[in-house]
Amino acid sequence: MKQNKSDPFIPNSVPSIRDKMLDAIGIKSVEDIYASIPNEIRFGGALNLPSPIRSESRLRKHVEQILSKNRNAQDNINFLGAGCWQHYVPAVCDEIAQRGEFVTAYGGGQFGDHGKWQAVFEFQSLLGELIGMDVVSTPTYDWSAAANSALLMACRYTGRNEILVPETISADRLLQMYNFVRPVASIKKIKMVSNTGLMDTSDLRSKISSATASVYFENPTFLGAIETGAYEIVDIAKSKGALATVGVDPITLGVISPPSEYGADIVVGDIQPLGIHMYGGGGLGGFIASNDNPELIAEYNALLVSIAPGLRPGEFGFDYSTFDRTSYEKRGLSPDYIGTTQWLWAIIAGVYLSLMGPVGMNEVGKTIMERSSYASKKLGNIPGIKSPSLSNLFFKEFVVDFSDTGKTVEEINIDLLDRGVFGGFDLSSQFKCLGQSSLYCVTEVHTKDDIDFLTQSLKEILT
Amino acid sequence: MTQPHDNYHAARWNEPIIMEMGSEGQRGVLVDETDQAILEEIQNPLDSVPQNMLRSSKLKLPEISQAHILRHYTRLSQMTLGFDVTPDASSGTCTMKYSPKVNEAICRNASVLDVHPLQNPSSLQGILKILFDFEQIMCEISGMYKYSFQASSGAQGIYTNACLIRAYHESNGEGKQRNEIITTAFSHPADAATPSVAGFKVITLMPGENGYPDFQSLLSVLSERTAGLMVTNPEDTGLFNPHIPDMVKAVQDAGGLCAYDQANANGLFGVVRAGDTGFDLCQFNLHKTFSAPHSAQGQGTAAVGVSEKLAKFLPTPVGDFNDTEYVLNYDRPDSIGKIRSFLGNVQTVIKAYSWVMSLGADGLKSVSETAVLNNNYLATKLMQIKGLDLPWDNNVRRIEQVRYTWKQLCLDTGLTTSDLARKMSDYGLQTYMESHVPRLVDEPMTLEPTESLSLDDLDAYVAVLKDISAQAYSDPESLKGAPYKSASDQLPQNQFNDPETWAMTWKAYKTKRE
Repeated sequence: MKQNKSDPFIPNSVPSIRDKMLDAIGIKSVEDIYASIPNEIRFGGALNLPSPIRSESRLRKHVEQILSKNRNAQDNINFLGAGCWQHYVPAVCDEIAQRGEFVTAYGGGQFGDHGKWQAVFEFQSLLGELIGMDVVSTPTYDWSAAANSALLMACRYTGRNEILVPETISADRLLQMYNFVRPVASIKKIKMVSNTGLMDTSDLRSKISSATASVYFENPTFLGAIETGAYEIVDIAKSKGALATVGVDPITLGVISPPSEYGADIVVGDIQPLGIHMYGGGGLGGFIASNDNPELIAEYNALLVSIAPGLRPGEFGFDYSTFDRTSYEKRGLSPDYIGTTQWLWAIIAGVYLSLMGPVGMNEVGKTIMERSSYASKKLGNIPGIKSPSLSNLFFKEFVVDFSDTGKTVEEINIDLLDRGVFGGFDLSSQFKCLGQSSLYCVTEVHTKDDIDFLTQSLKEILT
Repeated sequence: MTQPHDNYHAARWNEPIIMEMGSEGQRGVLVDETDQAILEEIQNPLDSVPQNMLRSSKLKLPEISQAHILRHYTRLSQMTLGFDVTPDASSGTCTMKYSPKVNEAICRNASVLDVHPLQNPSSLQGILKILFDFEQIMCEISGMYKYSFQASSGAQGIYTNACLIRAYHESNGEGKQRNEIITTAFSHPADAATPSVAGFKVITLMPGENGYPDFQSLLSVLSERTAGLMVTNPEDTGLFNPHIPDMVKAVQDAGGLCAYDQANANGLFGVVRAGDTGFDLCQFNLHKTFSAPHSAQGQGTAAVGVSEKLAKFLPTPVGDFNDTEYVLNYDRPDSIGKIRSFLGNVQTVIKAYSWVMSLGADGLKSVSETAVLNNNYLATKLMQIKGLDLPWDNNVRRIEQVRYTWKQLCLDTGLTTSDLARKMSDYGLQTYMESHVPRLVDEPMTLEPTESLSLDDLDAYVAVLKDISAQAYSDPESLKGAPYKSASDQLPQNQFNDPETWAMTWKAYKTKRE
């Protein structure tokens, strides 16, 4: 170290300590340790990096000043959803999410990290109750990763290689799916019914075949609709021997039927709505769930935590179940992979479901639907705006069509941003058939004043 | 503190499973009710939902008051040995280091917590600037040309490398022909698993007499089918394979690409750069090597770096600066598409950026020099312990971690390395990492002390292992039941893999056991 102040994160950077250690090893310099590295690839100079900001106070100021250039959803009113949603995060969720023991833990085993294992098992159990499944995985990276892995599970389970997905799936998710499944499976898109956005089951009937491994659909759909054709879609899938894989937003399930009720074989989704901040998309975390079918469990890529009674009466312990199916064990013969994912968010989703309980989950689902209904209706009263523009039942997101206003969604959103409003997600490039449409998201965080302000702003912008 | 914690005992709260807590009617948090003024203007939306789409099964979540939930999870946290609690040299290959609290504090801010990834980029200039500036930093550290921070773990970063290799060969019309990836047995399992997921056949080179594959073993598997090489270096063993520059060149001469999994880079800042070594791609773990916390197994971020010719294949979007503001570029026809939703775990990138800014070039060099110093000090001291040895040449120094062998002790005592590992818990330390698969070293133990451990921490760690070795020779039976003072006892292992008894939810457990 050139600096005379030792680094607070590097206790042995103190020169006298370093010298004592070199003596103990019996070498003159750290360079002796690097002797096995060929000279031809040694980096000779000094890295050309910005000068360090060594004091904590100034470092914090530096980074916070950069971050202050962000506009956030606390100081503005946010109506963006489309795969990452603003819900209320209870203070206890934030409190547990800051516990250093959890934040700085990693892959420690059962003896050192008993509490982490129990918290993740409890997450699996709480989510299992909500979605009605006996097996829930530890988290995947996000909903898309869960869907990808679930669909390849279905391919291996059925020995088939074709996947059917709704054309309304998000472009972000579809790009991940194409990249992920292509060595194994092909993807066919099922049309939507143009006036509802729901899956066109006649198109599904015409495209499903004995090669279909799984029919995948989402509830709510990417466009926000409650997929009321769920029972029929599942029946069609099963009639051809395909698995029904359903992607679900878990915050709907205090009110809306869980996929287990309409016969889903595999359920996937995202836990971000359950007490986790948006973090610019870093709040996402996926899950895979199914019934307790050993042949299907054998095809999971994700880690599964199991409980077992401890040796002392009344105590429990936890460990991985069937670890030998994972990519850690199978290495070069792995059909899928797993690694570090989003475990802290699983712990927090468990905290959230505990806080909410059955009544809270029912209430939050109900109030979201009430607020989104109100917002949709108010927007629909503005001349030139069609809202909701699709004839369906929706949960928290709905499509608003601005085509008749003479302005593009992009222009309107820029004007809204000037007024401190993040307008809905612009659908016009992915869904050309919907014209200048936007996907608005309204949740329990939106007050009547927030919605009325949006309405008033749009009126001003459009006159 | 250089003596083992003889009087240690873990918190042992014997917490009930949360599904069994509370009483009917208790509430953890109240939900904001809809304003009456809203209700007066709408019809009840639930009235329009068909009966079969309304939840019919009773939702059997627990009903618990708030303080009891908080206490339960606080107690669970107290039974978790994060790095804040214990100096973790035990998790070899995992690079457990101190995660500075200032970076946690910085991210506890609405400008990080409550931003949406699809906001207009003009309203995300803070995050986009950090992504952009950190990309320049990563290019300098690694000698690569361009970066993506979308991948959210080391494994996902390595998978991204495999997808990029696939895209490159496809763009040259050689996608079908070049279907083999070469890795090594002591590279991380993900270096073998993820190319398999991307559709490649995987060839694993076995270590030669020095503990790493020799050049000849590589030449024997190169062909017109070679798509690339994906390796760590140093490997899991801590040994730096000096043949790597030649191997990289040979793979490239055969038409393949070379990917450097930098999971083991903590000893190499300012010492070796992937780009200078000739690698075409690489990935770094920001949640390990760059101090962002592991978060109980994620969030993480893999910084995926590539050479210029591969930049167009990186996941979409990539960051850029257009002279006036920071932007996200989505118009990338050759891109492999997306690896993770939105922009990945941006909070991890912010923490890594802040960490590098606190250190600078000299500080980063000090990180690596201290990490290798700590590792070699630990190894020197451990070699005095009875029954513990280094596989391969004792005179070749390991870089930032070591895979040791307890073979002699196990032959002498009849114990296994797992018996010894479990005993670590009785001293408030993590059970040590034995080995990834394949287990080529007998009775292995893999330790990585990083730059965060003090001399006292290291001496205490040595004292614990010395103590355990002594017990193994004097009273081996006593170790078979260990640990005795941790948050949990040994468990009957046969219960977790038998369909009759495994239970991934409390509901399943109740069904199977009652």
